[in-house]
Amino acid sequence: MADQFDLECRDVVKNFGQFTAVDQVSLTIPQGSFFSILGPSGCGKTTLLRMLAGFLEPSGGDILIKGKSVLGVAPNRRPVNMVFQHLALFPMMNVADNVAYGLRRRGVDRATIKSRVSETLARVGLPDAGPKQINQLSGGQKQRIAIARCLVLEPAVLLLDEPLGALDLKLREHMKVELKQLQHEIGTTFVYITHDQSEALVMSDQVAVMNAGRFEQVGTPQELYYRPQTPFVAGFVGESNRWQGRIETIADGRATIRLQSGGVIYAAADQFGMSGQTVGQEVDVFVRPEAISLERQGQGTTNEPGLNHMQGRVENLLFNGAASSVQLKELATGHDMNVALPQTGAFADIRPGDILDLGWKADQTKCFPAVATKAASQTDEAIA
Amino acid sequence: MSTPNPTGSVAGNGLKLGVLLMATPLLLWLVLLVLLPHIDLLMVSLRERISYGKYEFSFVNYIEFFTEPLYWNTYVRTATMSILATALTLLIGFPVAYYIAKVMRGRAKNVLFLLCLIPFWVSELVRTFGWMILLRESGVVSHFLQWAGLVDGPVEMLYNDVTIMVGLVYTSMLFMVVPLVSVLDSLDDSLIEAGYDLGGNAFTVTRDIVIPHAMPGIASGCIVVFMLTLGNYLTPTLLGGKSSLWFTDQIYTQFITRFNWETGSAFGFLLLVLSSFIVWLGLKLSRQTLSDTVG
Amino acid sequence: MIPSIPQSRYAKGLYGAYVALFFVYLAAPLVVVGVFAFNNSLFPSMPWEGATLNWFLGDKDPYIGIFHDEALLRSVGTSAFVACWVTVLSISVGTCNAFLFERGKFPGKNLLYMVAISPLVIPGVILGISILVFSNAVANGVENVFGWEWDFLRPGLFLVILGQFAFITTITTLIISARLRKFDITLEEAALNLGATRFDAIRTITIPFLKPALIGAAIVSFLMSFENFNTTLMLVGSDAPLTIAMFDRLKQGSTPVLNALSLLLMVVSGVLALLSVFAQRDRREKGAP
Repeated sequence: MADQFDLECRDVVKNFGQFTAVDQVSLTIPQGSFFSILGPSGCGKTTLLRMLAGFLEPSGGDILIKGKSVLGVAPNRRPVNMVFQHLALFPMMNVADNVAYGLRRRGVDRATIKSRVSETLARVGLPDAGPKQINQLSGGQKQRIAIARCLVLEPAVLLLDEPLGALDLKLREHMKVELKQLQHEIGTTFVYITHDQSEALVMSDQVAVMNAGRFEQVGTPQELYYRPQTPFVAGFVGESNRWQGRIETIADGRATIRLQSGGVIYAAADQFGMSGQTVGQEVDVFVRPEAISLERQGQGTTNEPGLNHMQGRVENLLFNGAASSVQLKELATGHDMNVALPQTGAFADIRPGDILDLGWKADQTKCFPAVATKAASQTDEAIA
Repeated sequence: MSTPNPTGSVAGNGLKLGVLLMATPLLLWLVLLVLLPHIDLLMVSLRERISYGKYEFSFVNYIEFFTEPLYWNTYVRTATMSILATALTLLIGFPVAYYIAKVMRGRAKNVLFLLCLIPFWVSELVRTFGWMILLRESGVVSHFLQWAGLVDGPVEMLYNDVTIMVGLVYTSMLFMVVPLVSVLDSLDDSLIEAGYDLGGNAFTVTRDIVIPHAMPGIASGCIVVFMLTLGNYLTPTLLGGKSSLWFTDQIYTQFITRFNWETGSAFGFLLLVLSSFIVWLGLKLSRQTLSDTVG
Repeated sequence: MIPSIPQSRYAKGLYGAYVALFFVYLAAPLVVVGVFAFNNSLFPSMPWEGATLNWFLGDKDPYIGIFHDEALLRSVGTSAFVACWVTVLSISVGTCNAFLFERGKFPGKNLLYMVAISPLVIPGVILGISILVFSNAVANGVENVFGWEWDFLRPGLFLVILGQFAFITTITTLIISARLRKFDITLEEAALNLGATRFDAIRTITIPFLKPALIGAAIVSFLMSFENFNTTLMLVGSDAPLTIAMFDRLKQGSTPVLNALSLLLMVVSGVLALLSVFAQRDRREKGAP
């Protein structure tokens, strides 16, 4: 069974003195998939990756590559290769020598090295780059050479440590697509760590959201976005409006939540095992900005039961093309909200001070049992 | 990402043996060539020769130093002249370093900086030789002055304190200008512009922005220059002749001419104490540390 | 103050003139030494007696040119011999030290570092006498206890090499450490990750990265050794290196053969300097960081 997975971690732990950087992480990555580990900085994702590469030895647990434990195997003997955060291309060598480096260390003969190098360069779309110096390459080309340098060794798993972080925004957007395509073509298993949710969501087959050394949730990007399992995931992946409140009643498959700031929000009652016993439970409430529909004041809002309804005064219009949104202050409670604007431009003329009607369906409300204050504050930091 | 111990990697463990192996030459060097010799120097300075091969512990060498005015005066004179030479080198070198670092641009800047380095590529002996040819009685300057009608006969410009000073400043200049240029180079132009923008003038900007920024370079330049001047032998001996009265010359005389190693060692140790003390004082006054200044 | 801040032309001109004067001061003694190498006179002084190449090529007493002055030529050879040894030793030990101080973690590292840079603030004469006194004590001890004659511990080239090595190693250590500090450790990790052994990684990645510093430090230590006077003076035996030989001649008063020799030395070091500058510029264009 185990050898269906290219990479498997079992209860991996890493302690630095008193500090636990990675806490009982388990994962299985099927062959040929693009797996991302997403988390804020300091969550332990780099530590985990360095353990996979062999630069750190876990304090506990086991790491298996192609079904074999690699504990105690030196980094230069592991069938994994890594694309470093700043790529770590060797500046004293040209492109071809960089790509040939690993083959040379294996003692492959010259002719084979030559053909394998040009083959791999062609595969990443830079067939003529061989004689170039590293500093003659553009950011995107360097990226591809760093990947080629690993691919030429045909690793079981390719580890990528936020390699897009150093690129400017436009190139980063472009490289996201390119990386995904490349992985699709060559079929090597990619393990990609990042703090940028859009990178993780766009490229990955599976994403693990990591926080404070633990995996919060592992799933497809869609699952993470639409069905977050923990308040951290709900807060970290995508934007959310947040409230705190208490479950007042549960009836007709609908929970009524009394907010601390006053006011009421309805939520579907099929979440986190809500039942009669959970009445009175403190909860964190999340609503996506795009789940909320806008109407101008007094225009055709039906007071349909179970539809959340609020009114807000426009504070700021954040115009950003298709991703424009509006910041509002909810009239009854003074709570700050953020609502996506429809892409039709229907609300292009709203001004600060305008009053808007806001509404969303109960099943768009996500709630979770309230977490301890400390964890909650961490979540806030992560969002900030 | 911050892990508390980023270098505590697996690779780090393999270094333990390597650390031991690599520390061997370092320890041999420091113990055999630096620490033990200086301890031995101190021991030798604290003994008195009774007869051939018989020695006794005694402060006689130090007592001799403090009771013989020639030694004592030479010591003080060497220290004062060295401090003066250091100050002059700084005063003369600073504007030049500033010119190279901040006024010049591009290619000319590099060329000028390289020109400053030239004296380093020529031994001190050759440089001093040059000054001798310039300043001796039958030298270039003397001939020039006669030709210009400013003096009637040949002038001897060697063998006086001013000449020694000219030679010392010349020899030390490089060690002042190089650290100054590199530290001034790292001063962002916009800080100077901001200083002017906020109402400063050349004087206040230099005092409040340029000099504080250049402090590490000033400290390291002054320490090296002072140390080299204090320990100089060639320049005072050749340019000052018999009247040079430089302390290293006393040490040389005790060691080589009189073969009196005990007194020579005491003198050497006193010079070491003086140089260490003034270096320490300089570091304290400029609020620098030795590792910062040389590293 | 800086070009972007307007200044009166008078002030600018005065500043420029000062700097120009400074360079005249810097160049004057060197130019004079060079020019008088061609003076057809027995003394390196005025008046100018017309140009000659005798001080380079002459072989008739007293017009013995540098190429026929065997004592001076031998001292050049001695200096080169010493300088080669000092360079090799101080580069090897300096490289070890750099790795130790930049990468190693061990108790007492800071203290050891302080001791390692201390030769910079020890006057050369004192370093010379302390090594002289100590090696003499060791030699006497060995002779008294074992009856062995360890002549290499008496004043001579071996001690000269040790004495120069003692402080030049500090300089090579500092130069190489400075470069090693700029090394991105992930390059080594990348090499390990691509299958290199630890030794391979250092050999193929780190050492090539250090190469400019190694070359620079080698040139500096060769020159410092070649030009050293203070430490050498105290440790020298019967074979005089160049600086000592020239010093003796200077004190006695010498023919312009010394000028000829100095000019040749200047040309050689000038060429060396240009070479090292070009080597670095070339590297920069190729784009090593």
